[in-house]
Amino acid sequence: MGKTFKKPEALSDQIMHYCPGCTHGVIHRLVAEVIDELGIRGRTVGVAPVGCAVLAYNYFTFDFQEAAHGRAPAMATGIKRVRPDLMVFTYQGDGDLASIGMGEIIHAANRGEKFTTIFVNNAVYGMTGGQMAPTTMPDQRTTTSPFGRNVEDVGMPIKVAELLAALQTPGYIVRQTVLKPKYINRAKKALKKAFTYQMEGRCFSFVELVSTCPTNWGLTPVEAVKWAEEKMLPYYQLGEFKTPDQEE
Amino acid sequence: MQSEVMFAGFGGQGILLSAKILAYAAMEEGMEVAWVPSYGPEMRGGTAYCTVVVSDKPIGSPVIRNPLHLVAMNRPSLEKFAPVVKPNGVILINSSLISIVSGRNDVDELIVPVNDIATKLGNVRSANIVALSAFVARSKIVDFDILRESVKKEFSKKAKLIPLNMEAVKAGEEAGKPKG
Amino acid sequence: MGKVLMKGNEAIGEAAIRAGCLNYFAYPITPQSEVAEYLSRRMPEVGGVFLQGESEVAVSYMIFGAAAAGARVFTTSSSPGISLMSEGVSYITAAQCPAVFVNIMRGGPGLGGILPSQADYLQATKGIGHGGCRLLVMAPAGVQEAVEMVMMAFPLAEKYRNPVIILGDGLIGQMMEPVEFPDSLGSEPSNKDDWATTGMDTRKSTKRNLVRSLFLDPKQLNENNLVLKAKYERMKEEEIRYEKYNTDSDYKVLIVSYGTMSRVCKTAIDQLKEEGLEVGLIRPQTLFPFPEIAVRKTAEKDSCKAVISIEMSMGQMVEDVQMSIQGKLPVSWYGKCGGDIPTPEEVIDAVKGLNV
Repeated sequence: MGKTFKKPEALSDQIMHYCPGCTHGVIHRLVAEVIDELGIRGRTVGVAPVGCAVLAYNYFTFDFQEAAHGRAPAMATGIKRVRPDLMVFTYQGDGDLASIGMGEIIHAANRGEKFTTIFVNNAVYGMTGGQMAPTTMPDQRTTTSPFGRNVEDVGMPIKVAELLAALQTPGYIVRQTVLKPKYINRAKKALKKAFTYQMEGRCFSFVELVSTCPTNWGLTPVEAVKWAEEKMLPYYQLGEFKTPDQEE
Repeated sequence: MQSEVMFAGFGGQGILLSAKILAYAAMEEGMEVAWVPSYGPEMRGGTAYCTVVVSDKPIGSPVIRNPLHLVAMNRPSLEKFAPVVKPNGVILINSSLISIVSGRNDVDELIVPVNDIATKLGNVRSANIVALSAFVARSKIVDFDILRESVKKEFSKKAKLIPLNMEAVKAGEEAGKPKG
Repeated sequence: MGKVLMKGNEAIGEAAIRAGCLNYFAYPITPQSEVAEYLSRRMPEVGGVFLQGESEVAVSYMIFGAAAAGARVFTTSSSPGISLMSEGVSYITAAQCPAVFVNIMRGGPGLGGILPSQADYLQATKGIGHGGCRLLVMAPAGVQEAVEMVMMAFPLAEKYRNPVIILGDGLIGQMMEPVEFPDSLGSEPSNKDDWATTGMDTRKSTKRNLVRSLFLDPKQLNENNLVLKAKYERMKEEEIRYEKYNTDSDYKVLIVSYGTMSRVCKTAIDQLKEEGLEVGLIRPQTLFPFPEIAVRKTAEKDSCKAVISIEMSMGQMVEDVQMSIQGKLPVSWYGKCGGDIPTPEEVIDAVKGLNV
């Protein structure tokens, strides 16, 4: 009997540094599987963010660049414009993408840059120690919103997928999650679709993935999944917000 | 030997263009040249000026406070720059728009109704070419035939403007010729 | 091809193309927007990349991404824009990628003005961004030299895998002068297989390339800095360029000046010569590395009694001049900073004011 389950070639042997219950590991694996299945490892360049995934390049086995905080879409633009034959993706968290890097992501999406962005939304700044992010839920406690996010003071959480979907430029904009196995298959399909659109030179593709941060939420991994399902999913609704096939 | 020409007027009078044609002609003649525009806020406010430096040696300072010559297309330009022109230079005064004179008796004052001439030729926008040609005819700063070719070259991409500008060159040359 | 009459900004754009750089990302700012305007027409003609980014910050990372993908790439900006790009420059330097920046300086600080200035000397030469990064800094004194320096900048950036910056004042960008373009260079850095993220399929080895600036291990970070330092030291050995003027004479004063300002000084020196006062000039063409030894040796001539740094700033290069002279002669400064370039007459007054 042959091997029925193995580690994707695009994933390295390095032991991941992520916390117990963190969803980055699952997402890394899904990205690696998709890259293997599409057979593009030798022409893929990833762009790492600043945030928990800053060391993402340690876990993949293809070319990588490391951006400054929020600038990954600008770097990916630079790569893709000069090397359109490469498959390029950015891997960004919510502090990186939705706060300091909002300008870069909107303009890259609006130009219809032919790369893929994987946006890991766990409603908090992870690496810097659990501060409030633009995606933090109303009343959610963080180290910089100790009494809960006060929406009167700092506004409502930003729904990035919806925001990008509002742009007139064609694109593939989707939100999924990896909270449970039933969601993971859909997340993988979305990732594969996103990379496929890029391969075909169709459009900018964006996959938001609702994720957990048990450590900074102060919950166990199981509680964190429950909290995300109950609090985040009703607000951050799953689904495709835009596909290049739909014409305005 | 170095000489400097200050072209000055309103924005839209083609100041930068006539200066550029002169610089090009001088380069064609084998001279060192620098075309130095003013690009400060005044460019947006309406007055434009530009200096062309022509020399047989590499040009040192491209910044000229006292040019040898002045082509003044409007009154504020004449008032501002006539006092700083070096002795023995040429001051061209566009008398269509300037009702005064330079007040200098140590320069060669060339009074030309530039706009009227251009209007008579059919398009007031060729006034800058009339002025440039009159100035070159008087100052002899570059060979006139080279100037004519340089004007032609400048308009080579808009060929239908060449006849008008050739007329302007001719009328300017006539107006600039030393009298008597 | 013979001489053409070109505006500095356009000539800089053309020079980059002749240098085999077919990738340009930029954001408009006076007084250098003509580079972007020129290349927006020209790049499509040569099959190159032109992109107007959403900000100078973004542009600096487009440059980083493209450079890290092994492409020859450059951008142009002016002082406030360069401040915004300086973040990216620090990352590019740390990650050891080659890229060329052009700063057509305007007056500052703050929004300052749009007229010519040399007020970014310290910014460019002393570590433009955070973390102790250094750039090779070249300063042209005219349009022809700007073209030559742009064309030199790409191979130098690739030789050192370090950004190179051309520091020109606003007049260099705005002025038209005759230009003769040197022979075109080939494109693409030749050593890129060792480091560029071109995709593993494009290379023979199975090693993947990683472009990064994060070194959490203090040993590794120190090592990276030692590598950078070694490059800066090598630049000091191999890249110093300068020009001297009237230094065959028994000059009593030595002027140190660069860019447009040095041309004004040359005219002043000619006039002073006629008046019987001999003055020499040394013009650094590289500002980093600074021609420290050349400045000192030139000042050591017996006839030379004083050194003056003349700049379109409130005295920035003068610090390097003082360092070079090592207290052996009095060093003073003259300059202006509002965009009004000092005239030869003002330079003459400044030199006479030294009372040597």
